[in-house]
Amino acid sequence: MAQIVIRNLRKEFGDFVAVRESDFTIEDGEFFMLLGPSGCGKTTTLRMIAGLELPTSGQILLDGKDVAQVPASARDIAFVFQMFALYPHMNVRRNISYPLVSQGMPRAEVRRRVGEAAGILGIEDILDRPVGGLSSGDRQRVALGRAIVREPKAFLMDEPLGALDAEFRERMAEELRALHDRMGATTVYVTHDQLEAMQMGDKIVVMNRGVVEQWGTPQDIYDFPATMFVADFIGSPPMNFLRFDEQVRAGSRTVRLSGVEVPVPQTREATSGARAALGVRPEHVRLSDDGAYRGDVIAVEYLGTTQIVTLDTPNGDLKARIASSDPVKVGERVGLSFVTQTLSLFDAETGRALALERESVRGREVRETTHG
Amino acid sequence: MSGYSITEASPRQKWIAGLLVAGYTIVTLVPLFWIVATGFKSPSDAIAYPPKVIFTPTLEGYVNLFTTRTRMNPDQLEALGPPQTWYDGIVRQYDMVISGPSRFGERFLNSVIIGFGSTFLSIFLGTLAAYAFSRFKVPLKDDLLFFILSTRMMPPIAVAIPIFLMFRTLGLSDTHLGMILLYTAVNISLAVWLLKGFIDEIPREYEEAALIDGYSRFQAFYKVVLPQAATGIASTAIFCLIFSWNEYAFAVLLTSGTAQTAPPFIPTIIGIGKDWPAVAAGTTLFLIPVMVFTILLRKHLLRGITFGAVRK
Ligand SMILES: Nc1ncnc2c1ncn2[C@@H]1O[C@H](COP(=O)(O)OP(=O)(O)OP(=O)(O)O)[C@@H](O)[C@H]1O
Ligand SMILES: [Mg+2]
Repeated sequence: MAQIVIRNLRKEFGDFVAVRESDFTIEDGEFFMLLGPSGCGKTTTLRMIAGLELPTSGQILLDGKDVAQVPASARDIAFVFQMFALYPHMNVRRNISYPLVSQGMPRAEVRRRVGEAAGILGIEDILDRPVGGLSSGDRQRVALGRAIVREPKAFLMDEPLGALDAEFRERMAEELRALHDRMGATTVYVTHDQLEAMQMGDKIVVMNRGVVEQWGTPQDIYDFPATMFVADFIGSPPMNFLRFDEQVRAGSRTVRLSGVEVPVPQTREATSGARAALGVRPEHVRLSDDGAYRGDVIAVEYLGTTQIVTLDTPNGDLKARIASSDPVKVGERVGLSFVTQTLSLFDAETGRALALERESVRGREVRETTHG
Repeated sequence: MSGYSITEASPRQKWIAGLLVAGYTIVTLVPLFWIVATGFKSPSDAIAYPPKVIFTPTLEGYVNLFTTRTRMNPDQLEALGPPQTWYDGIVRQYDMVISGPSRFGERFLNSVIIGFGSTFLSIFLGTLAAYAFSRFKVPLKDDLLFFILSTRMMPPIAVAIPIFLMFRTLGLSDTHLGMILLYTAVNISLAVWLLKGFIDEIPREYEEAALIDGYSRFQAFYKVVLPQAATGIASTAIFCLIFSWNEYAFAVLLTSGTAQTAPPFIPTIIGIGKDWPAVAAGTTLFLIPVMVFTILLRKHLLRGITFGAVRK
């Protein structure tokens, strides 16, 4: 198993820069998510780690050794493709044993390993079937079998659940995570689904337009988004931005939203210009009649135990997640307050979060995220 | 509603379709049948008018095809005694004896060597080229592909004279190698284009999976791409073989002895004796290899020509 360090990685396709100056570290045994919208360079990054694409510049350290220019076959990394890429002219057993045969492993050993992998995945009964007639779940398992049978340094998976239908995805996701926990293998997993990333990952790197916006634990990324992009991409509904045109100075403890002073964690730096945004998660909005900052309820979406209330405020629309038991009506004008320690402040010109002095949130030590 | 259905043909439509297919089958098969039948006729039956459909079959045509014979006067025949074999018996009817084998066997073998040789070479080179065009960044790829196709934009025979002169200078006239190279040159553009289409359809992930599984690029090519391109290779091979097997004009022009193929040879059998049965016998035998080859690869061929239209 291995630690993977990505250092200053860049990939150009002709004039087009698909990945620029990426930096992140995948610790040994981590389940690491590469998350981002379509076309942001996730697959390209993963393919560079695999050796299917050679980086234009930068380093990929596999257990401390730079493998950036080493061919795929020499990296000892397994890759699970989105459409599984099972060899259609071979049956399940041969598909799984194929990577071992390439190493010239003795037959008995191959049989033993294939049996073992099949056991882990629960596919012993289909070993002699052709891959053509398999259900997508079984194909997925065979593809995983082909990866785990090699006992590689790391697993790379490019949207491995993308080809499955929604119902099955969830089960397979659990299976995958359980498999990872049992084997403890370093896994890099590409997805564009933030929920999947939050649920499954030990760490997440969020990419946008070839740039690594932030990386860290799901909680870190959720609580302290480093950029407005991340704040907007993670969470459903995403973080609200209350935009205001006023420079935020270092050391201030409040910001002024349309004449109302709103307390924030003390700032450690200033915005570069006069445009800023206050970031607030829907669940950190409180509706209270005495709040000085007010908004009009324009929609209510009932979700069972909670409801999403959309409000029209002087600084733009805002969604609040409140208990269903709280009575709200469309058209009502309500006062709003925010849970101060959870707020984020962004420089709306650069899109970056300002460093804030925070006390603990959720009882954890707070680390300011400085990546991105 | 009447019994009208969009997906199911009405009985009348089925009848008409059946008749059309039957008609077409007759049109294509009757000449073939006639050739095969003529091969078993006697020379007089073969030219009888009105044509004989019912006749006594004889192997005379086949005997004449494979042998050379000399006419003898009755005294000499007497001296030889009764015929030793059934084919001796057949030629004795015409006061002749077999004086040796004909050249048909050699010519047929030439056809096999040249036809299959050039097919193999076209497929070998075509697959490699098609793979490169399909997978790699080739500078001026589109222009090169167009250039390759452009060699088929005129009938090859239009350049017969330059080729003739070139072959004479290079010493390739009437050699197996020369004919193999020539047919390969003609076939390869078709092969590259057809095969590129097939290889394009094979997802790259398969090779990439093999690369990651520890195989080299070339191993990935022949262990993963080739088996999946088998259908395309088979149908392309049939097209190449049919061309080089049947090619007549260049064969007449460039071969006369050692490397002469069957197509220019067969008509010469007719000689002065108007030996149509021997010609028909030669043609029948000549048809067999392509037929067998096509039937063997039929499964692939059918899938091959519908490839791309129907996705798995
Ligand atoms: N071989 C290539 N040649 C040119 N451009 C490429 C190539 N591969 C990828 N790109 C471009 O690089 C960008 C990033 O592609 P990539 O496949 O890494 O995105 P992705 O994040 O995986 O997106 P998706 O979620 O759609 O899979 C895209 O704009 C894509 O068009
Ligand atoms: Mg992708």
